[in-house]
Amino acid sequence: MLNIPILPLLIIVPIVGLIFVLLSVEEDENYIQAKKSALWTSVINFLISLYIPFNFDKDVPHFQFVNSFSWLNSDNLKFSLGIDGISLPFILLSTLLIPLCIYSTWNIKTKRCKSYLSAFLILETFLVGAFSAIDLFSFYIFFESILIPMYLIIGIWGGGRRVYSAYKFFLYTFLGSVLMLVAIIFLYQEFGTTDIPSILNSSLPFYIQIWLWLAFFSSFAVKIPMWPFHTWLPDAHVEAPTEGSVILAGILLKLGGYGFIRFNLSMLPDASIFFTPFVFGLSLIAIVYTSLVAIVQNDMKKLIAYSSVAHMGFVTLGIFSATIQGLHGAIVQMISHGLISAALFFCIGSIYNRYETKEIANFGGLNSIMPKLAIFFLIFSLGAIGFPGTSGFIGEFLTLLAVFSHNTFVALISALGIIFAAAYMLNLYKKVFLGKPNKFIQKVKLDLRLNEMIIYSLLVFFIILFGIQPNYIIDFSTSSLDRIISLYPISIL
Amino acid sequence: MFSLSVFIPLICYFFCIFFNKRIAEIKIEIVISALMILASLISIYVFFSVSEFNPESQIIIGNWLSSGSFLIDWSLNFNSLSVLMVLVVNVVSTIVHIYSIGYMHNDPKKVIFLGYLGLFTFFMLILVTSSNLIQLFLGWEGVGLTSYLLIGFWNFKDVANKAALKAFVVNRIGDFGFMLGIFAIFFIFGTVNFNEIFILVESQENTFFKFLGFNFHALTLISVLLFVGCMGKSAQFGLHTWLPDAMEGPTPVSALIHAATMVTAGVFLLVLMSPIIEQSEFAQKLIMIIGALTSLFAASVAITQNDIKRIIAYSTCSQLGYMFVAIGCSAYGVAMFHLVTHAFFKALLFLGAGSVIHAMSDEQNIKKMGALYNKIPVTYMLMLIGTFSLVGLPFFSAYYSKDLILEILYLDDFDISIYVYIIGIIVVFFTSFYSFRLLIYVFHGESKSDERVAAHIHESPRIMIYPLLILSFFSIFSGLLFKNYFFGFESLSFWGNTIYNIFESDISYAVKELPLSIKKLPFLMIILGLLASLAVCRYLTKLNLYLKHKLCFLYTFLKNKWYVDEFYDFFIIKPTKFIGYGFWKSIDKELIDNIGPNGVSKLIKRFGIFVSSLQTGYLYHYALTIIIGLTIFISIYFYS
Repeated sequence: MLNIPILPLLIIVPIVGLIFVLLSVEEDENYIQAKKSALWTSVINFLISLYIPFNFDKDVPHFQFVNSFSWLNSDNLKFSLGIDGISLPFILLSTLLIPLCIYSTWNIKTKRCKSYLSAFLILETFLVGAFSAIDLFSFYIFFESILIPMYLIIGIWGGGRRVYSAYKFFLYTFLGSVLMLVAIIFLYQEFGTTDIPSILNSSLPFYIQIWLWLAFFSSFAVKIPMWPFHTWLPDAHVEAPTEGSVILAGILLKLGGYGFIRFNLSMLPDASIFFTPFVFGLSLIAIVYTSLVAIVQNDMKKLIAYSSVAHMGFVTLGIFSATIQGLHGAIVQMISHGLISAALFFCIGSIYNRYETKEIANFGGLNSIMPKLAIFFLIFSLGAIGFPGTSGFIGEFLTLLAVFSHNTFVALISALGIIFAAAYMLNLYKKVFLGKPNKFIQKVKLDLRLNEMIIYSLLVFFIILFGIQPNYIIDFSTSSLDRIISLYPISIL
Repeated sequence: MFSLSVFIPLICYFFCIFFNKRIAEIKIEIVISALMILASLISIYVFFSVSEFNPESQIIIGNWLSSGSFLIDWSLNFNSLSVLMVLVVNVVSTIVHIYSIGYMHNDPKKVIFLGYLGLFTFFMLILVTSSNLIQLFLGWEGVGLTSYLLIGFWNFKDVANKAALKAFVVNRIGDFGFMLGIFAIFFIFGTVNFNEIFILVESQENTFFKFLGFNFHALTLISVLLFVGCMGKSAQFGLHTWLPDAMEGPTPVSALIHAATMVTAGVFLLVLMSPIIEQSEFAQKLIMIIGALTSLFAASVAITQNDIKRIIAYSTCSQLGYMFVAIGCSAYGVAMFHLVTHAFFKALLFLGAGSVIHAMSDEQNIKKMGALYNKIPVTYMLMLIGTFSLVGLPFFSAYYSKDLILEILYLDDFDISIYVYIIGIIVVFFTSFYSFRLLIYVFHGESKSDERVAAHIHESPRIMIYPLLILSFFSIFSGLLFKNYFFGFESLSFWGNTIYNIFESDISYAVKELPLSIKKLPFLMIILGLLASLAVCRYLTKLNLYLKHKLCFLYTFLKNKWYVDEFYDFFIIKPTKFIGYGFWKSIDKELIDNIGPNGVSKLIKRFGIFVSSLQTGYLYHYALTIIIGLTIFISIYFYS
């Protein structure tokens, strides 16, 4: 059984599905056939990916399910895939969110529907590739390729200022990545290989680590995003179509966090220690600053976008605290944010499909028209403000716990984030869902459709499941993380 | 058995949610009431047989989280303290459930309301039975959430929504302190399980901990941080602003959540953590001062309010202050005692007020009532019993619990105790004054309601009155019945090691041998308060106007609740929004974007324009460039 090339399969299946989507007959303007093929492909891919957690050996810190292919006829440049406990949750998150995205388009008329669906399938290929690549070059190629479908999704299917936003998104992320490419080339020169496991086993002198750290940092800090590299995110979210925002917030941002753990923290420990105060400083600014900005937003998507930056601030805090609780917290926080922000963007999409606006001021009393959505939105908001029993709590709590042992001042300031989060999320909920229904919202009387109900129920299920049994995520990563933590001075936890 | 009494309310919740609109309302009501009564009976049974079971035991349900050395289980604590709280919560909750069936009779969302009450009860039970701080925090936040949902239950009312939001956010500020407290506990003790913490307390007596660059006595720091959490939940001065506003919720909610159970969670937490609090004199003094300040503040504000529910809400605030004062002088058992008696008589007062409001067609202003005593006599009697218990007339419940707090305070040996004692005595006067003022305005004097309302005045249905009779029984007798559980020798055997108990024989004797003048002082103040309220509100109305005129400054100060809300609005809420807006517009939009992406693209564009401007197309420009270039290269070549 173990010889099934599971990771290449995960990468190839969406491409096969893509062919079906493109070949499908346009029988009506809803493109139901194309949507069906896309959905089946992605569901099958999700089911295939479920094979991994059941056959994953939790006690092995090394990469598993490794598949290598020779590439460019060179022994050193390989196309190799494999996963460990750190990348596993992210792969499952990707294969879960893509079918949900495709399913959410079910009743919506989208222009150039086939290309839209194809963009998501190809995105899935690249995402799984990026999270499972264990070779620097294949990682870089997947990591950069993601930009293309994402750029198109924002630029073609986006809102009014889509071109500016798409261009801003591309410019930011690409400038960051170029420096990473330099670092990768340097590593290849230094070690003669781009194989990540073998690089992980070697060490570099401190002054080189510093430069490499900064190069990797520039790429991932834009991606995650950290203050002050975050300004592309609100614009990209506001203009992106619903599914685009879901993928952007749900998975793309996590590439940054994943990259920090995989490269900065694992490969460059000395530089990481050196830069920890710097990262903590930026994270603190991110949490307080973006929370405050979120409080005054008038656009729902922008509010969630800014809150994402704040939540990712907890992730970077957790990662660079370099303790087991911090890293567990960061991973849970990323998965949890992937589910919660995706859910919130879906909800806003549901509202937008009905009312064609995301201005908060237009709404009020929506719960009398859409009571089901109101309940789901409340649950997701609670997740976002870290209510115990949801996955959001575990992430924030573990992170803060780890940071507290590191530096009480940082913990104190970042814990302010939980107060602000309650303020902006519940204020949003109050303004949109509570109060007397106004005339504007009474023009549409349509609660959730079946596909929306299914999507939201699934997301609620996972958010609460990981809230009361976070060990399902944590257990996989423990042995891989232990190896990373052993690189750092022993902390008391 | 014990777990059953904890989980029945959750079953109620799911029952309500799933069967809402699927089966007849009346069936749901019967099932819910039966389940809640069952839960109460079980908890009563468990309470009286707790010594037969093995106390101090934990019921582990499953593993929650294990990250490194940070291990938490889903588990229930089974000891005297938790059993007592389960009893109180379940009994009051059952009564409120049944009362709500009558009170919310015409509300279309009645079943949802009952469901939320069940969910609240469940979270409250999780809070009181938790065996570790994290699970307690779940209950703590859970009651906050259900409180949010229930305050904003009538969510077409904008005031209610605002109040709900305020309650949640202010509570979050408290939670912020609580969370830091949990982190500090884990940092110092390496565990968050109560049993393990209490074993380790003595070994950490002299530990110092660096917090924000200063060296603090670790246990003091923990106590203070936890107390911040308690201040939020129990509406102590500074974080009290949400409680009066929370009265926008339906009255049964005010009775259950904002009087009997949730707001006492802070007191419960400190009693639970008593072994730690006991190690820190500073924390005790702080708790005592804040408690005294709150009780003085709330009682003084209550005098000038006109909303029947707000008066009782401030009264709750003030009584909670007493409980914290008791904790401050190490009388943890007595604090619990007052918590229990308060739960009964305050629930009675609130539900009685609900009955009044029900009779008056949702009028809440006491100045618009009057002369109701013969129109709704049963409610009048119940309110009278509630008021007597609240002010602490002899043999009513607060007579035992509140006077005990004052007496122990008198004997306490902190330097500040005597001042706190004086405040406590003044507050007794205030309490008596505003309570009787309320009664006089509502039930006596002339009727000031308009005719339409007056014609409709009616006694509440039996389903609302019977639960109140049970509550009034407890309001009268709970002091007498439970006295020995909380104070004196017998209490030692009941509590065992669950709370810190300093009552060796001498204090209990000393209390008994206090001079008569001290013993009777509270009673004197009650009578004074009664006379004053009669004078000002009933017989000498001119005096009332004269006082208002003369003490105009003081009156507006009290009327505006010491201007705390205005202070927060001006110094916290507005600046926060201003800064947020500033960050967004000035830094994000102007600074970062203009230097970052826009700046870079502009730079590239300008560079492009510059380069393209070089390409003029004139031959002599190119010739000149070639000559200059050649000259430079040749010069470099020769000189190097």
